[in-house]
Amino acid sequence: MTDLADLTVTGAAAGLRAGEFSSVDLLEAVHRRAAMTEANLHAYLSIDRDGAARAAVGADSAFKSNTDLGLLQGIPVALKDNMVTRGLETTCSSKILAGYLPPYDGTAVSRLREGGAVIFGKTNLDEFAMGSSTENSAYGPSRNPWDPERVPGGSSGGSAAAVAAGSALVGFGSDTGGSIRQPAALCGIVGMKPTYGLVSRYGLIAFASSLDQIGPLTRTVEDSVAALEVVGGYDPADSTSYPGDVPDYRAGLESGVAGLRVGVVSELNGEGIDPEVQAGVDQCIAGLEQAGASIVELSLPSIEYALSAYYLIAPAECSANLARFDGVRYGLRRRGETVEEMMSTTRADGFGPEVIRRILLGTYALSAGYYDAFYGQAQRVRTLIIQDFQAAYEQADVLVSPTSPTTAFQLGDRTQDPLSMYLSDVCTIPSNMSGDPAISVPIGLDGAGLPIGFQVMAPALGEPLMFRVAAEVERQAGFEARATHATSEVVT
Amino acid sequence: MAYYYHCRLMPVDIDIGKVARLARLALSEDELNRYRQQCEVVLEHAARVQALPTDGVTGTSHPLPRTNAFRDDIVTECLDREEVLAQAPERDGDYFLVPRILDEQ
Repeated sequence: MTDLADLTVTGAAAGLRAGEFSSVDLLEAVHRRAAMTEANLHAYLSIDRDGAARAAVGADSAFKSNTDLGLLQGIPVALKDNMVTRGLETTCSSKILAGYLPPYDGTAVSRLREGGAVIFGKTNLDEFAMGSSTENSAYGPSRNPWDPERVPGGSSGGSAAAVAAGSALVGFGSDTGGSIRQPAALCGIVGMKPTYGLVSRYGLIAFASSLDQIGPLTRTVEDSVAALEVVGGYDPADSTSYPGDVPDYRAGLESGVAGLRVGVVSELNGEGIDPEVQAGVDQCIAGLEQAGASIVELSLPSIEYALSAYYLIAPAECSANLARFDGVRYGLRRRGETVEEMMSTTRADGFGPEVIRRILLGTYALSAGYYDAFYGQAQRVRTLIIQDFQAAYEQADVLVSPTSPTTAFQLGDRTQDPLSMYLSDVCTIPSNMSGDPAISVPIGLDGAGLPIGFQVMAPALGEPLMFRVAAEVERQAGFEARATHATSEVVT
Repeated sequence: MAYYYHCRLMPVDIDIGKVARLARLALSEDELNRYRQQCEVVLEHAARVQALPTDGVTGTSHPLPRTNAFRDDIVTECLDREEVLAQAPERDGDYFLVPRILDEQ
């Protein structure tokens, strides 16, 4: 019999409804798996033993009384530790928030609770979601279940590692420049960033507000749909929430790609991409063509500048957002004779090096005399990127590329060179700049046995089309492999 | 993408001490030097955005066009005062306590 911890959300939801096992059984299987894998992977910062047990019992009694709250009812869920959870420690992997017990639940979290989900624990991330490897955590790095000497990607690396290893059936993360899709690619699972505004950011500790978006990490495309159905939709508590009706994500899941136009973006394929990754992606594109899609080569010239613009816009917004961590209302406080001294020593001690670097970059880019040349120009470049996407979507229904230029890299490989780390996100950043949805689907392994991710991008609110193509990619790739090294000897 | 490593358009000279003061970060001289060098490398590459002609282009601050979001002026649930204040590093009754801001006259 399959270990319950290896089920998909869709499979577990069916089993729960058929009475084959209970939510308590499912939770126990996930606890057993976490006990085997955590010493190696460090996917979690905290596990909510009591809260999860209560939620599982609650879900089971709801099933008994024929109350169906949706597909996540009774399912163990991992939450990135930048999603605030009432009374449950939320640190953003930062010393500055050690011990912080939020006085409220974020909207995505409330919707999960209302949908009967079992919140299992809070997962590790790069501090304040700034990074691409989960090495920038004040509480130590997470590791990749496919090879614990390699990074799981980031910043949602803990959620990605947990879902890949079976210590959660579904995870949630946030994606500001690729922080859901890149770790999903590196861990061999599905990760999706919804259209900006589709999932409320209320209760997501802000990094770069115009780019941040919550989304699911799952084992299948169908699970991704199920997770988005629970957390998405208008929320008056987020003034940037999309006020219209959400699209029917399931509409095209079984429709295939015949007659669709698939655009291959020349700037995101080929040069700079690892040849094995590109070969896997090319094979997938050929498969889509065989399934009846027409392949269109196209160019988005301004996205060559997306990474540069991103590294002005994201730090600028971060420097403003992180001003709230000042030692007054929550978190760490260091002593100081004056308020300014208290704040300055608190912040210098509480933030790690990558966060300090980005605050400095952003403060500089916003400061008098440099504002227009840096931040102002980056915003204009962002307009050009959006226009390029709009033009591309005249010629193609979806766009495709690798998710990450490489497969998982070794721990420590890129920590000394911030710029080389930033390049990890070159294929994912453009969709954050445009606010459009994008998904990463695992398509196979490279020669070293590490997963390769394939990215499908769609225009704003084009999730049904994106899921439709992603489902076809998934069917063709037939990627069934599971991470097997998660429980090997502890590496040091 | 090797391109990113070799393209240096505008040398950047950061007054890192001033930037750190603006950002309320008490850093040592060594730290300031290290961060200055790292930020300059990143900014030199970020400065590539200046190579794109953008005359007449309006900047985008947000991906979706939205104006202010209003709601009816009705009383709704708010955070529990005690739960909020319980997170304060220092408090005095119902107040957050901070070092003196204004000098006594």
